[in-house]
Amino acid sequence: MNMSKNEEKGNGEEKGRVFIGDLDTVAEMAKKTLLKGTIGKMVDWANAFSLWPVHLMTSCCGCEIGAAWGPRFDNERYGSLPWVSPRQTNLIIVEGTVTKKMACSVRITWDQMPYPKFAIAMGACSLDGGIFYNSYNIVRPWQVIPIDIYIPGCPPRPEAVSRSIIELQKLLRNKSIATNWLKEAKREDMKNIIPKEDLCGWRGEKVDINTRFT
Amino acid sequence: MEASSSGIPHLPGMEISELSKNTYEVYIGPAHPGSGHMRIIVEVDGDIMVRVDPDIGFVHRTMEKLAEGRDWIKNIPLFERMAILDACNITLPYVEAVEKLLGTEPPERARYLRTLLCEINRIASHLYGTGIFGVFLGHSTLYMWAFGDREVFVDLAEQMSGARLTHSYPVFGGVRRDIPDDFPEGARKATRYMRNRLNEYAKIFLNNPNIRSRLENVGVMSKNLATELGIVGPNLRASGVRYDVRLNDPYEAYGDLEFEIPVFEEGDSLARAWARIEEMRQSLNIIDKVVDWLEKHPRENFMHEKFWKTAPKLYKDVYTGQIEYAGKYRIKLMPLFASLKVPPGKAFARVEAGRGEMVYYVESDGKDVPYRVRVVSPSFRNVIAFKYLMPGHRLMDLPAIYGSFDYFPPEWDR
Amino acid sequence: MVGEVKKLISIQDLLKNVLKDNIISIEQNKGYLDVLVSTDKLVDSAKKLKDSGFDHVKSVTAVDYIGKKQFKITYHISSYLNEELSKYIIGLSTVINRDNPHVPSLSKIWVSAEFQEREVYEFFGIVFDDHPDLRLLLLTPVIAALKPLRKDYVVKEESDDIEADYIAYNTNKWW
Repeated sequence: MNMSKNEEKGNGEEKGRVFIGDLDTVAEMAKKTLLKGTIGKMVDWANAFSLWPVHLMTSCCGCEIGAAWGPRFDNERYGSLPWVSPRQTNLIIVEGTVTKKMACSVRITWDQMPYPKFAIAMGACSLDGGIFYNSYNIVRPWQVIPIDIYIPGCPPRPEAVSRSIIELQKLLRNKSIATNWLKEAKREDMKNIIPKEDLCGWRGEKVDINTRFT
Repeated sequence: MEASSSGIPHLPGMEISELSKNTYEVYIGPAHPGSGHMRIIVEVDGDIMVRVDPDIGFVHRTMEKLAEGRDWIKNIPLFERMAILDACNITLPYVEAVEKLLGTEPPERARYLRTLLCEINRIASHLYGTGIFGVFLGHSTLYMWAFGDREVFVDLAEQMSGARLTHSYPVFGGVRRDIPDDFPEGARKATRYMRNRLNEYAKIFLNNPNIRSRLENVGVMSKNLATELGIVGPNLRASGVRYDVRLNDPYEAYGDLEFEIPVFEEGDSLARAWARIEEMRQSLNIIDKVVDWLEKHPRENFMHEKFWKTAPKLYKDVYTGQIEYAGKYRIKLMPLFASLKVPPGKAFARVEAGRGEMVYYVESDGKDVPYRVRVVSPSFRNVIAFKYLMPGHRLMDLPAIYGSFDYFPPEWDR
Repeated sequence: MVGEVKKLISIQDLLKNVLKDNIISIEQNKGYLDVLVSTDKLVDSAKKLKDSGFDHVKSVTAVDYIGKKQFKITYHISSYLNEELSKYIIGLSTVINRDNPHVPSLSKIWVSAEFQEREVYEFFGIVFDDHPDLRLLLLTPVIAALKPLRKDYVVKEESDDIEADYIAYNTNKWW
C-alpha cells in the first residue's frame, strides 16, 4: 500500500520523510535512533542471558564445570547452556592449564565463533601457571585469546563459576558491549591478539602426507 | 599399507583389513562433545572404521619432570591433579612407596581412614564416568542424575578432608586428620540413599531398550585379548578376568574386610557399564563396615610416632580434646615434612584406583628431592584398546565404546 | 613373615630355572624383584618369561644415570591369569650406553608395551629397534627435539620463550 506508492515516486529525496523501501538507509537510521534507550538495554539484556559456552574442556577444572552445570549448582537459570558447536555459541571458558598442543585448538575454536564473544579464564593455572609453574609445555591463555574475566582457585568452587557468569553479565550490560558491536561492527575494548608463533610447531608448512602423524 | 605388513602382532580374535582406496580421514578433535581432551584420527571406508589412531598429549603438564625438582611432600598435591576426582587413590601408591623407603608403617586407624576415603572416591569416580557416558550417548537425564548423586559423596569427602576435590589426605606415616563426630550418621544416610538409587539407575539406563540396542554386542573384548593388551579396571573384569589389586595383593585395610568382586563374561560395552554399577554396590557395603569399625574403636593415633612427636602444640591440643574443635583454627603440618630426606633405594607400589590399577616407581638417592618418579595411570594402559578393538565397527559406535572404557585424558597425559 | 620369605625364595628359584644363565644379578627391592640381563639376551629372556606365565607389562621405565653415563631400562611385568604369579612383580632391566642408545623392542612379545615404548622414545631419545610404529606420542616435534626428561635438560625460568625452542628444532632434526 504505502510502500508501492513511495516506490513509484522514486527514492524520495525530500527532507523529513522516512525512506521506506531502501533497506540499507533505513537500517542505518534505525541503528542511530532506536539503539539508545530501552531497545538498546533490551539487546544487552538478551545477550547477557544467553551466554552459551562451547564444549571445550582444556584441563582438570573441567570437573567443576560439569558440576557447575549440574543439578546442585544450576547455571542454566542464568540462561547459559553448554552447546556443541562453536559457530552457535558466544562464550569460551578456558579452564585450567593450556598446553602448547591445546592452544592451537583453542585459537581455532575462538576464531570460528561469531561476535560479540567473550572469554573467561578459570583456575590458578590461567593466571601464572599455577602449580605447574616452570613447565616446558604450557602457555598462558592471555597469549592466545583476549580474556574478560579471571577466576582464581585451584579448582575454583562451582559457586565461583556462577559468580563469574554474573560478573560477565554486569560487565556486558554496564558497558553496552552488544549494542556497541551492532553500531560499530567491532569490539572497541578488545585488541586482536596474534599468538607469538605457530604454537603447535608445524609452522604452517605443507605437511608430507606420509609423515602426517609425526 | 605399511601397518599391516610390517609385523603388528596378530592377536587372537582380531583381523586387520588392508587399506582400500576409498578411505578418508576424520579428525574427531578436542572441541567435540564426544571426545574429551584428545583427538582421535579415524580412517573410514564408507561407514566402517578401518584404522584408529589416538592422538593424545593435549593435557601433558610434565609432572614427571616437575617432580624431580620439588620436595617429597610437595609432590602429593602435584600428583593429585592427574585425576582430580579420585585424589586419594591417585596419591596413595606414591605415599606407600615412600613409606617403604622410609621404613615407617601407618598405624591401624590411619589404614581404615585411608580405606574410607578411597571408597568414597571410587563411588564418586564411577558416577562421573557414568554421567559422561550419558553425555556421549545423548542421555542427558543420566548426566543430571549422576552429577546430582555425586554431590552427596563429594560432600562426605569435604567433611573428612576439608576440600571438595583435592584432598591431599594421605601423608607419609598416616593421614592428615581424623573424622568429625557426626560423620558416621551422615555416611549411613548416604549409603542407604544410594542403594535405592542404584535400582533406579538400572531402570533408566541399563535396562532401557534404546541403550541396550546401542551397547549390546558392541566392542566385544575376549578374555585373551584383554590379557594381551594389558587392560585394567572394570573393563578387565567385564571380560571375565578375575583380577583386582585389592584381592590379589591387599593393601591398607582391605585384607581384613570381606567384599566381592563382580566379574562378567560377555565383554561388551553393556557389561562394562554393569561392572561399574555393581562395583558401586560393593563399595557401599565396604563403607558401612569401615564406619562401624571407626565408631567402635577409640580415637587414638592416626599418624606414625616419628612425625607425630614433632607436631605443633595446637595440632596436638585439638586432637586430644583440650581445645574444642570449632573449625576456626588454622593448623599447620609438621616442619619435619618439609626437610625430609629419604634413604636411597628403589620402590614400587600399586593400588586399585577408580579406573583401574595405578602404579608408581620411585627412586631416591638420599637427597630431599626424588631422583625419578615414574607413574603409569590406568587410562594410559587402556588407550591401546582404541587401536586394536575399534576397527571393524561403524563410526557411530565410537562414542559407545569410548564412553564405556571411562577414559580420563588428564590421567594419561600427566 | 616366614611364609613370605619362603615364597620369595621360591620365586627366585623359579626365575633361575627359567632364565638359567642370562641373569647378571637378582636384587630384591622394596615391592619388586629386579632382574638384570644384558642387552643381547633381552629378547630371549622375555620369551622365556612369557612362556612361563607372565603375560603383561605394567610399566616401561628409563632412568638416566648421568654420572655413570648410562640409561637403565626396566620392564615391570606380572601376570593376570596365573593365580600364584599375580602376587609378584618382576622388573626385567638392562643397562645401555648413554651416547647412541639402542635397545631391541619387546612389542612383538608383549603388545602392552607398545605405547609405553613410544613414550620412552620421545622423552629420552632411546631408539627401540624393530618397533612396529615408532613415532611421537605426547609431545610436539619442537619440544621432543630437546629430549626433555634427560638430566641435562634444565627448564628455563620463564616457560613461554618459544624462540629458543625453535633453535633446537632447526639444528636437531633427529626423528
